[in-house]
Amino acid sequence: MSRLPRPVAIALLALVVLLAAYPLYGAWLFPAKHAFLMQKITGIMILAIMAMSLDLLVGIAGMVSLGHAAFFGLGGYMLAILSPEYEAANIWIVLPAALAIVAAVAAIIGALSIRTTGISFIMITLAFGQMGFYFFNDSRLAGGSDGAYIYVMPAVEIAGISLMNLENKLVFYYLVFGLFIGAYLLLKVLLASPFGRVVQAIGVNESRVKGLGFNPDHYKLVAFVIGATIAGLAGFLGAAQYGFVNPAMLSWHQSGTALVMVILGGMGTIFGPALGAFVLELARMGFEGMTEHWLLPMGLFVIAVVLLLPKGLAGLLLQLGAKPAPEPEDEA
Amino acid sequence: MDVWFFLIQALNGVQYGLLLFLVASGLTLIFGIMGIINLAHGSFYMLGAYTAYWLALKTGSLLAALVLSLPIAALVGFGIETLLVRALYKRDHLDQVLLTYGLILVFNEAQKLIWGSDVHAVAMPAVLNWSFPLTDNLSYPIYRLVISAVCAVVALGMWWVIAKTRFGMWVRAGASNREMVQALGINVKLLFGLVFAIGAALAGLAGAIAAPVSSVYPGMGDSVLILCFVVVVIGGVGSVKGAFLGAILIGLADTFGRVLVPDFASFSVYAVMAAVLLWKPKGLFA
Repeated sequence: MSRLPRPVAIALLALVVLLAAYPLYGAWLFPAKHAFLMQKITGIMILAIMAMSLDLLVGIAGMVSLGHAAFFGLGGYMLAILSPEYEAANIWIVLPAALAIVAAVAAIIGALSIRTTGISFIMITLAFGQMGFYFFNDSRLAGGSDGAYIYVMPAVEIAGISLMNLENKLVFYYLVFGLFIGAYLLLKVLLASPFGRVVQAIGVNESRVKGLGFNPDHYKLVAFVIGATIAGLAGFLGAAQYGFVNPAMLSWHQSGTALVMVILGGMGTIFGPALGAFVLELARMGFEGMTEHWLLPMGLFVIAVVLLLPKGLAGLLLQLGAKPAPEPEDEA
Repeated sequence: MDVWFFLIQALNGVQYGLLLFLVASGLTLIFGIMGIINLAHGSFYMLGAYTAYWLALKTGSLLAALVLSLPIAALVGFGIETLLVRALYKRDHLDQVLLTYGLILVFNEAQKLIWGSDVHAVAMPAVLNWSFPLTDNLSYPIYRLVISAVCAVVALGMWWVIAKTRFGMWVRAGASNREMVQALGINVKLLFGLVFAIGAALAGLAGAIAAPVSSVYPGMGDSVLILCFVVVVIGGVGSVKGAFLGAILIGLADTFGRVLVPDFASFSVYAVMAAVLLWKPKGLFA
């Protein structure tokens, strides 16, 4: 993966700084809605983590999954199921356990799904996603279709000393912000590694990768599990933020929305899908404020983006960033 | 639990399967021939159901409503192909997914704006509103048999058009080699527009004819869409024969699932699909 053109990198960095400093100026800029916006932006960063993890599958490895929300939801449900009812769960136990379970489930689903490609892969992941949805919707394991509450945030402490109070909205904001940036960097490092190179090559031409003596299935499976586990982390955070899980977290609508964020943002760029998450959610907020029938302008917005921006927002940015000052070609 | 019970459930399953086939055949035709993944296909089903409901209110006759709602769905389909989908033939499948996802949002919201968010019942025509007695206390509603019959006739008609007519020949040729068909002087743009319109009309017909049984409600297209994708993938993408078998299989799995394992009814459909795909990753007739 080539490095970002300098103007784009600077613009993104500026956005990250704006995001990092938001709690400082937010109250001054939007006094009436500050608390609401803090919560909203935290939620968007969580969705952005999920969108970036889906980009690893869709944009990088060429595996278009319509069942990614299953892992998002599973991560959330694990927090709800593993937490004791009226006291704080120990995050050092709950989080690794939740992620391990998500990874294990992803390994099974992934191993079965990567036998197929193309539209069959879209559909089989959809089928597994729906199975997950109905598993939590129809069973009595965690409240069925009503969902389940998490009454107390997990405690982050070492030897009885509290490191972070997650009930504090500001602390939670920065925790999510840190994980959001961390997930981006993790994915970038991963893609720069020899493993990541092979996964990228699979997305471009799988038979050639096979011809070079690699077994694409192994790489695809590992990429699938990594993407799913990061989505599980996002779901875990989402469940912690709202203190509530319900089967809708696993629904195909949720998977579809994540896919829209990836395509809208510009797939294969990692930063694009994060941008897509912000633009889509902010647009939704704007339209919701304008009219009760916000889905109508939202749908038209999505259609306009497809017709006008073939490579998503990231494609537009990269084009703008590259044109005025043609950068010397970075490492291929 | 006797033989009649199974017969009734089997009839229900086949009827549901035939209905699914009407919707899924349009989906698979559009994908097989034009290479377009149309997520908004379920919206045509909803459009058919709602126009049938509305026209039945206005005209007082469900039959008139059925006949009139067909060209409406076809026209809307043709318009969408010409105005929007046409721009995306050369683009990635994912762009089509995104565009038609946007269309779903627009359709769902337009439905709420025009017809509101209530569930509406659609009156069955009096002539068909009776049941066929099977035993002393079991009977079978005649309207469901009519649905099956109409679907079967349309399925046969489609087979005839595709296998025996010149138009069907173009369609089959277009599916296997688009450029060659164009080079032979056939107006592919118009052909594609027509195929899209026919697909939309099939889905609209299914929605209209099912309306008295299922009633009409917001979001009714979404669940049908997902089931149709399941059907198409089980049968093999692009294969009408596969869609037929897949639809019957899913209709039966769904119906018997509801009766035998009510807690995991919806689960059963996806379990069948996963099993088929693991056995034949490209579907039964790919």
